[in-house]
Amino acid sequence: MKSVLKKGITSHQVFWPLVGLALLLLFNAIFTKDFFLLEIKDGHLYGSVIDILNRASVLMLLTIGMTLVIASGGIDISVGSVMAIASSTIAVLLSGKTVDVNQHLVSNISLGSALLLTLGLALILGLWNGVLVSYFGLQAIVATLILLVAGRGIAQLITSGNVITVNHERFFYIGGGFLFGFPVSIFIVGAVFLLTLIFIKRTPFGLFLETVGINRVAGRFSGLNVPLVTLICYSISGVCAGMAGILMTSEVRSSDPNTMGNFIELDAILAFAIAGNSMAGGKFSLSASMVGALIIQTIRTTIYSRGVAPEIMLVVNAVIVIIICSLQSERVKTTIARYSWTQGTAE
Amino acid sequence: MRENQDLLVMKNITKHFPGVVALSHVNFDLREGEVHAIVGENGAGKSTLIKVLTGAESVESGEIFLSGKRIEAKSPHHAQSLGISTVYQEVNLCPHLSVAENIFIGRQVMKSGRIDWKEINKRSERSLARLNIKLDVTSNLDEYSVAIQQMVAISRALDASAKVLILDEPTSSLDKNEAENLFTVMRKLKTEGIGIIFITHFLDQVYQVTDRITVLRNGEWVGTFDTASLPRLQLVAKMIGRDIEAFHGNAFAPGDQGEADRAQHHPFYQGTHIGRKGTIDPLDISIAKGEVMGLAGLLGSGRTETARLIFGVDRADSGKTFVEDQEVAIHSPHDAIRLGMGFCPENRKTESIVADLTVRENIILALQGKKGLREFLPRKVQEELANKYIQLLNISTPGCEQLVKHLSGGNQQKVTIARWLATQPALLILDEPTRGIDIGAKDEIQKIIVNLAKEGVAVLFISSELEEMVHCCERAAVYRDKKMIGELGKGEISEQGIMQMISGGHGGPAAGANEP
Amino acid sequence: MKISIKSKYTSMAITIGIFAALVAIGSFAYDNFFGAQNLVNLLIDNSFLIIVALGETLVIISGGIDLSVGSIIAFVSMLAAYLLTTVHCNPILVMVIAIAVGGVVGLMHGVLITYFNVQPFIATLAGMFLTRGLSYVISTDTISISDPLFVAISEYRIPFFSDSFLSIGVIVTVFMLLVFIYIGHYTKFGRAIYAIGSNEQSATLMGLPVRRTKVLVYVLSGLTSSVGGLVFSFYMLSGYGSHATGLELDAIAGTVVGGTLMTGGVGFVVGTVFGVLIEGIIQTFINFQGDLNSWWTRIAIAVLLLIFIAVQRILVARREQKKTVKRVETIEHGVGAD
Repeated sequence: MKSVLKKGITSHQVFWPLVGLALLLLFNAIFTKDFFLLEIKDGHLYGSVIDILNRASVLMLLTIGMTLVIASGGIDISVGSVMAIASSTIAVLLSGKTVDVNQHLVSNISLGSALLLTLGLALILGLWNGVLVSYFGLQAIVATLILLVAGRGIAQLITSGNVITVNHERFFYIGGGFLFGFPVSIFIVGAVFLLTLIFIKRTPFGLFLETVGINRVAGRFSGLNVPLVTLICYSISGVCAGMAGILMTSEVRSSDPNTMGNFIELDAILAFAIAGNSMAGGKFSLSASMVGALIIQTIRTTIYSRGVAPEIMLVVNAVIVIIICSLQSERVKTTIARYSWTQGTAE
Repeated sequence: MRENQDLLVMKNITKHFPGVVALSHVNFDLREGEVHAIVGENGAGKSTLIKVLTGAESVESGEIFLSGKRIEAKSPHHAQSLGISTVYQEVNLCPHLSVAENIFIGRQVMKSGRIDWKEINKRSERSLARLNIKLDVTSNLDEYSVAIQQMVAISRALDASAKVLILDEPTSSLDKNEAENLFTVMRKLKTEGIGIIFITHFLDQVYQVTDRITVLRNGEWVGTFDTASLPRLQLVAKMIGRDIEAFHGNAFAPGDQGEADRAQHHPFYQGTHIGRKGTIDPLDISIAKGEVMGLAGLLGSGRTETARLIFGVDRADSGKTFVEDQEVAIHSPHDAIRLGMGFCPENRKTESIVADLTVRENIILALQGKKGLREFLPRKVQEELANKYIQLLNISTPGCEQLVKHLSGGNQQKVTIARWLATQPALLILDEPTRGIDIGAKDEIQKIIVNLAKEGVAVLFISSELEEMVHCCERAAVYRDKKMIGELGKGEISEQGIMQMISGGHGGPAAGANEP
Repeated sequence: MKISIKSKYTSMAITIGIFAALVAIGSFAYDNFFGAQNLVNLLIDNSFLIIVALGETLVIISGGIDLSVGSIIAFVSMLAAYLLTTVHCNPILVMVIAIAVGGVVGLMHGVLITYFNVQPFIATLAGMFLTRGLSYVISTDTISISDPLFVAISEYRIPFFSDSFLSIGVIVTVFMLLVFIYIGHYTKFGRAIYAIGSNEQSATLMGLPVRRTKVLVYVLSGLTSSVGGLVFSFYMLSGYGSHATGLELDAIAGTVVGGTLMTGGVGFVVGTVFGVLIEGIIQTFINFQGDLNSWWTRIAIAVLLLIFIAVQRILVARREQKKTVKRVETIEHGVGAD
C-alpha cells in the first residue's frame, strides 16, 4: 500500500516543482531574516510569504491561460498587451467626478458594469486570437504577434497616451484589500484556478485539450471539434489577461499603457516551462504551472531580499530558461529514441 | 547494348531492427540499361533494402558492389556522390526555390565568388531537355504539378551523374498520362545505360515498363524473374506467399446465413459513384448490417482511400451517400460518428493512439467526443467501460490507468477497437487491424470482427492478408490501381478468386509488356 | 503596356507599390514631404532598424525567429558607452568588441537551437532577457557618449543631391544591404538558408550542411544586431538599458510587410528594406499630422501586418488550388518529343 502511495505522489507532475519551491523556501528560511514571520496588523496578515503570494497573483492568472494555450499546441504572446488594454479600459471607465469634500469619486459607470465591460473586451480579444489560429490556420506566434504590436497602441489610444491615476475606493479592494486576513488577490487567483481546474477535470475539456495537443489527427478521427477546443483556450487566455490587467491596475492604482505588462508573457511562458510542462503541447498540469509561477516570484523576492540589483532578475530568468529548455530537449530526444525503438517494423 | 553488364550487385543483405528481422539474406542485382522492379507487400523489406543501399540505414551484413567495386554508402548524400540517386514519392525538393536551383542546389556553379545563375539556368534547361521537357526554369518549383516536380527530381539525380536511379513509388500521385510520360523517360534513360530500380505496387505498370521483377516477402528474397516470362497470377501468388496449387478454396462463412440474407436487403451504408480526383476513381459500394464486407487488393490499390471517403476524413468530389436509405452529407469524422460509424485507421500510431493518455481515456475518447462538451462521462462509468472492454477483448494491461504507449502493438490495436465498440456503432471500418501484430492477437481480433457481425453490426474489413479476408468476409470488393474492379459475393470468396481478380484474370503474361 | 511580374516577386512588388503610393500620398498631403532631406531622413532615422531587419529576414527565411535584436542594440550601446566613458577604451577597439558581442550571442542562440533542439522563439527570448539584463547590470541609468571619434561620426554629414545630406549610418546601411543581397542570392550559404526554410528535411537529404547553416544564420543575425547597435550609438550618443525596447517587433513587422513568409523559404532583403521604410513613412505621416498621436503608428503597423499575413495566406491557399488546374496545361505545353 505504501509503495503504491509513494509511486502515486512522486509520479504526479507537480511533485518536482513543489520540491523546487520547497528548496527555495528552505534557502530563505535559513538565509533570509524573518522570512516566515507573519504579523497581524489591523486584522491583516503581513509577511514575506504573503507578499510572494500577492505579487505572484498577476503572473498566476496569466499562467493559467498560457498553460491551456501551449497545451493545445500553440502560444499566446499578446497577453501583456491585452493586460494593457484591459488596464486602460477599466481606468477610463472608472474615471468620473469627485463630488464632495472628502474626495469621494462618483464614477461614470458602476464598478460592476466597468468590470463586465472590461472582461468582455478581453474575451473578444481572446476570441480574435483564437479565430485567427483555429479557423484561419495562422501560426500561433504570428497571429498573436499582431495583437502584441497593436495592443499597446490601442491601450495608448484609450488613455490618449496618458498615465491615468485611478481613484475608486471600492476598486482598490480588489488589488489591495483583505479578506479573512489574506489579500483579496489570493482569493481571486484561487477562484479562477479552481474554476479552471473544474472545467478541465470535471468536463471533457481537459481530455479533449490533451488529445488535441498530443495527437490532433486522432482527435479529429474520434469526432472532436478540434478548432473549437483551440478557440476556447485562446478565449480563456484573453480573459485571464484581462483579469490580470484589472488586478494590477487596482494594485498600483494607475494605468500606464506604455509599460503595463511589458514582456510579462515571457514570465508566463517561463512559469509554464519550469512546471515541467512540454512546450510542444499535450499533457499538462495546471497545479504545476501555479507552482511554477510561485517559484519565479520566490526567486525574484529572494534576489531582491539579498540586496542584489533587480536587473539581475532578467539575467537569472535567461539562465533558467536555457537550462530548463536544454533539459527538456534531452527528454524529448530520449523519448524519440524510445519511440523509434518500438518502431522496428520493416516498412 | 551494354545490357548484360552488372551495374549493381547486393549480396546476402541482412538487417535487424529491435525485435524484427527486416531483411534476411537478400540478393539483388541491377544491370546497366534495365528497369528492374522490386515488389512486395507490407513488411516485405522493400524500403529497408533501399535504405541500406542508399546509406539511410547501415549495412549489417552482406556486400554491395557498384560497377564491380565494393561500396558502402554512409548517407543518402554520400550515395549520391557514388552515383546512386533516389527520387522519393514525396519528391524531396524545396518548393519555394526555382526549378533550376532545385537541380543545382549544393552544387551551384560559381564564377568569381558568386553563383552563376545564367549558367545554372542554361544547364538546367539542357538537363530537362534530356527528358524532353521544356519549361521556365526560373519559376518556383511549386508552380508545377507533382509529375513535373518528379521530372525535376530525376533531372537533379541525372545531373549528379547517377548511374543507378531509384524511383520509389513514383506513380502514386500521377494520372495515366503523366505516368506514361514517366515511362517514356525511363525507356530513354535505359538506352543511355542507366539502371533503374522501380519500386511500385501497381502491377499493370510493372508489366508495362520493367525488364525484370524481384519479389520480396517477409524480409526474404523470393526470387528474381524476367517480366516477360512471369504470368501475373504467379507474381501475385509469390507476393502473397500462396502456392497456387495448394489452395483450400473454401470460404469460412461466418454467422447465421439467414440473418445475413435478411440484412442484405437493407444496406446500412450506400455510396454511389463516390470518388475523389487524384485519390480514387468513382465507385459504388454498399455495406449491410450483420455482414462483414471486405476490401481486398494490394497495398496502395485504393482501399484505405475508400474508407477515408466513407468516414468523412477526405471529402468526396462526386457521388451521393446514403445511410439507412436517407441521403446524407458526410463532411467530417464527426458527421460520420453521429450517423453511427466508427473507423480504426491503418496507421494506429499517428492516427488513433493518443500515446500519453491512459487506456481508459483512449477507450472512452470517441464516445466522449460523440457526446461533446456538455455531457461528461463520470469517472466511475469510464472505468467500468474501460474494464469491460479490457476483459472482453482480452487487452493485456496492468490496469485501465496504464499509459497506452507502454502497451504492445497488438494491445494498442485492441484499445482502438474498444474505443469504437464503446460507441456501439452501426458500421465499423477496420483498416489493416491485424498489421504488425502477433499471431495470437491476430486470431483474437478476427474472432472479434466475426462476432461483431453476428451481433448485427455492419463491418467493413480491409486487409492485405488473403487468408484473413477469406476467413472473415462474406462479401468482398476487389481493388487494383486505385479502382474498384469487381465484387465477389457470398460463396465466391476464395484466395484463388481474389488473386485472380487482382491480377486481372490473366493466365499468362500481359500482352505488350516490354520493348525487347 | 502590361508589366508582367513573376509570381514569386508578387509580394515584394506589392510592398514597393505601397511604399510608392505612400510617398505619393504624402507629397500631396503635406508640404515639404517630397523634399530630398525629408526622404533622406527616413533613411537616417531608420538606419539601425533596417540593418537589424536584414539579419532578421535571413533568420525568418531559414524558418526561425530572433527576438533578441532590440536587446542586443541596447546592450551594445550600453557596453560601448561604458567602455568609452568609464574605462576610456580606444574607440576603435570598442567598435570591434561591440560587433563581436553580437556574434557571440548569436552563436549561443545557434547552438541552443541546433544542438539542444530549443525552439528558436524560446532560445532568442532567453538571449533577449540575458542581454537586456546585462545592460541594466552595467548601469540602470543613461550613460552619455562623448568620445570625440563617436561624436565626429555622429555629426558627420555627407552631401547628397538637392542640398540634402546623409549620415554615416546610412552609408553603413547601404553597405550592409549590398552585403546581404550578395549573401542571399550569390552564395551557397545564402541559398542553403532558403532551402532549409523551404523544406528542412529535403535540404538534409540533398546533402546541405543544415546544422552549420542554421548556427551561422543566427551568428549573422547577432552580428547585424550589434552593427545596428553601433549605428544606434552614433545616432543617440548614449547607452541606456531601455533603448530599442520592442524593436524586434518592428524588425519582424518590417520583414513580414516586405514579403517574407513567417513559415520560411520565401523573402527578399530588398523587400524588407521597403517594409521598414513603410513603417517609417507611417511614423512620418503621424509626425506631420501633428494632431495624431504616436500610438497610431503601432496600430497602423499591426493592421498592415494583418493585411499582409492575410494576403500571404490567401495567395498560398490559391496556389494550392491552381496547382491542380495548372497540371494539365504544363504537361501539354512542356512535354513532347523534341
